[in-house]
Amino acid sequence: MVMSLIWIGIVMISLFCAILTGRVGDLAAAVPQGAQAGITLAVSMAGSICLWTGIGRLMEHSGMTAVLSGLLSPLLHRVFPGTREDPVLSRELSGNICANFLGLGNAATPMGIRAVRQMAGNGSIATDEMCRLIVLNTASIQLIPANVAAVRASLGCASPFDILPAVWITSICSAGLGVTAAWLLGKVWHHG
Amino acid sequence: MAESIVPLIILTASLAALHKKENTYDILLQGGAEGLKLLGSILPALVVLLCAVHMLRASGAVELLSALLAPVFRFFGIPPETSMLVLIRPISGSAALAVGADLMREYGPDSLVGRTAAVMLGSTETTFYTISVYFGAAGIKKTRYAIPAALFADLVGFTVASWTVKWLF
Repeated sequence: MVMSLIWIGIVMISLFCAILTGRVGDLAAAVPQGAQAGITLAVSMAGSICLWTGIGRLMEHSGMTAVLSGLLSPLLHRVFPGTREDPVLSRELSGNICANFLGLGNAATPMGIRAVRQMAGNGSIATDEMCRLIVLNTASIQLIPANVAAVRASLGCASPFDILPAVWITSICSAGLGVTAAWLLGKVWHHG
Repeated sequence: MAESIVPLIILTASLAALHKKENTYDILLQGGAEGLKLLGSILPALVVLLCAVHMLRASGAVELLSALLAPVFRFFGIPPETSMLVLIRPISGSAALAVGADLMREYGPDSLVGRTAAVMLGSTETTFYTISVYFGAAGIKKTRYAIPAALFADLVGFTVASWTVKWLF
């Protein structure tokens, strides 16, 4: 529903602006160009996406995610005290964060959902730990943003991965400050 | 060199799979087929959304929006050209990819705007989608401060992305 409204809004705004700026001809020309650009983008990314999902599958099957989860658990116990007594929650949470870290979005989501369910029990109010999990997930700490690199490579970029340090610094800052903000909000924002 | 992580990850994953006596090559092919299926499933969305992005740009709406938001963006040190990307990123992943790819093509992948768009895309998530999936599946009705905290983290991400690109390149 949200996307329908966004689509209708975009068409309305475009037509309105084009009439104001006298660019209705350009607007009409943009319709088939944009549609073709969608296919061009998908085709130019296809190779990278195909390879990286293969490597992602390999990381899951080889137990790399499991090793990483083990390394992460001390930090996890600090941010999510509930994981100290609950091994199931601990496993789902660290699995979710590690899968996201390795760029395995499809594997991360079911584990994240199970972690939130485990934390919720029968309640319907978000707990502090759930809010922290949401922030960690939306801050997207990712080792190799393969899709973005694929787009850059398709545009003839000589070193599509040269953005890696910038991506890491940015993710760590947004996750760190986001969790801090969540922790502060948790102190003042009471239930209800 | 940070970029050496890419071949190193590939090697580590392959060796780890070999160590577990998994059929490395078969797993690569299975995963690859799954990736192509996934790409096929977002293909119609990419076509529709890139069409929308091109319409917005051709009509002059993007210039107008950038000009309107420029004072706010300059305050944070974010390039105003990325305003569309910043606004759509928390709402739709495919729309953000469409807008970001368009920015990289328009300004060049190695330009300040193109790089900033790439770092923004790589270091943020579809916030509202994540919240609705996780809380929806667990039956959470009252989200408390999850949305403001996550949007604050997004704002930090957009700002730091702009700063680090200026600083590193």
